[in-house]
Amino acid sequence: MNRRQIRKARNGAFLALSVAATVVGLACLAAILWTLVSNGVAGMSSRVFTEMTPPPGASGGLLNAIFGSGVMTLLGICMGSPIGMLAGTYLAEYGRSSRLSTVIRFINDILLSAPSIIIGLFIYEILVIRMGHFSAIAGSVALAVIAIPVTLRTTEDMLNLVPVGMKDASAALGAYPWRTVLSVVYPAARSGIVTGLLLAIARISGETAPLLFTALNDQFWSTKLTAPMANLPVVIFQFALSPYPDWQQLAWAGALIITVTILILSIAARIILSLMQSSGGSKP
Amino acid sequence: MAIIDPRHAAKQLIYERVFRSATLTAAILVLVILGGVALSLLRGAWPALQHFGFAFVTREIWNPVTDEYGALAPIYGTVVTSVIAMLLAVPTGFGIALFLTELCPPMLKRSIGTAVELLAAVPSIIFGIWGLFVLAPVLQRHVQPWLIEHFGPLPLIGKLFQGPPFGIGILTAGVVLAIMVLPFIAATMRDVFDTVPPMLKESGYGLGATTWEVIWHVVVPHSRVGMLGGIMLGLGRALGETMAVTFVIGNAHRISSSLLAPGTTISSAIANEFTEAVGDLYTSSLIALGLLLFLITFGVIAIAQAMLRHLERRAAAPL
Repeated sequence: MNRRQIRKARNGAFLALSVAATVVGLACLAAILWTLVSNGVAGMSSRVFTEMTPPPGASGGLLNAIFGSGVMTLLGICMGSPIGMLAGTYLAEYGRSSRLSTVIRFINDILLSAPSIIIGLFIYEILVIRMGHFSAIAGSVALAVIAIPVTLRTTEDMLNLVPVGMKDASAALGAYPWRTVLSVVYPAARSGIVTGLLLAIARISGETAPLLFTALNDQFWSTKLTAPMANLPVVIFQFALSPYPDWQQLAWAGALIITVTILILSIAARIILSLMQSSGGSKP
Repeated sequence: MAIIDPRHAAKQLIYERVFRSATLTAAILVLVILGGVALSLLRGAWPALQHFGFAFVTREIWNPVTDEYGALAPIYGTVVTSVIAMLLAVPTGFGIALFLTELCPPMLKRSIGTAVELLAAVPSIIFGIWGLFVLAPVLQRHVQPWLIEHFGPLPLIGKLFQGPPFGIGILTAGVVLAIMVLPFIAATMRDVFDTVPPMLKESGYGLGATTWEVIWHVVVPHSRVGMLGGIMLGLGRALGETMAVTFVIGNAHRISSSLLAPGTTISSAIANEFTEAVGDLYTSSLIALGLLLFLITFGVIAIAQAMLRHLERRAAAPL
């Protein structure tokens, strides 16, 4: 073989490996989704949404866990996202290139990918020990802490997309920065901010590790925020590791519910973002 | 001409100050949270650290009955599972990123890229139950016996592949982690490859280079820092990942020479034992594990961020 042929052969071999890697990667991920859908659909019935989590060996549903997850996710996002939005506003509008902002951006990116189990331990230390018991409110605070970096990042990115001319126009009319932010910048970045919220909800609704030491679990219907509360991720964790087929079946159903919810939220966020970009109104 | 009402102007100024301080407070809260995490972990871990001293990180023993704890087995498990995950996920992620940027027809590029990104949003507990119910049995029946038969008798590395095929264990946890971090690594590398200026690539092609030669001699050197940043980000995720590992690791506090044996990791030990831990020293030892994990991941993620930032600055600067 001459040099040219060797080079061609090497080119072909590596490109084939690249295609193979893509096929293998996508196949693994497809296998996961397929198992999830087939097992989840098998476990799905109207009882999943109407009955409480059962004791071992009995049949039941996931109603209290779905309710608990909804409550804690909602509370978490209500506490976390305003903080994240305000902080993002500071970074984008007030302290754009100050040293403090650089540090905050760096720390925020670290929080964004820090292991969530550590956040769980943190909330356990500062809330659960103080209160003396596990509670839904501690779970919500843990989720809020996880939601803050997500909303901060997206808010800053989206506010940066708002054309400077709009802010200048508002300032020229004599508006203070706060008025400009509230009446000009936020409305212009509205769809971007909504996208950030959806992504934050998607992120926290599947979190398991931080809820293990904060909200724990409850087998029954509970609406008390100061008591432990059932939630889908922890129920999935307990039921999947149990030896009872009924529980395992419910775990798969719960896993399917969570995944579908998160995928819908993520896809909705993408659609909003692409609509925003195609309308062209807020391109940089 | 409008007359400015001084009272109105004063009110505006107050609103401005209030709003500005609200945003500043929220921004500083981010720093407070990170400081709070570090301090509260340190405070919780203090009794264990004081009792065991530095030996905490060098001892393998983990015995709730005699109240003796050492972190070596979880540290070993965390490092080894993450290394296995990176060995599998980095080449595969590299291949996927190359396929998406250099080979893929534009029509597919968008849909495969979106699929990869959406999969990054799937919560880790899903990967965990899949690993337990689907992957572990497959590995136990088909892959592990093959490994034991072919690699077990070899000198040196043979030790890694001996013993019975449990299904769950260090190797399985590494494989699950690899599948979990794959979307992150592939998506980051794709974004990095996309920043290579087309002119550089076309110059390569103009000199008669093959696609692979352009990739290896132009794209990869240009993206080195960003690729490393992406890999470190994936590593940070693998080190701290809890649920996916907890399902398949087997939770055994010992260091086994075989990769097929059950083990434990820092995060899975905390997840498995924390709510059941009785006694202050037990709880404190688990929090000390959390502190170790915090320090390790903090370091890895900080390096990753520094690398990716360096890249952003370079991308922003004109060529």
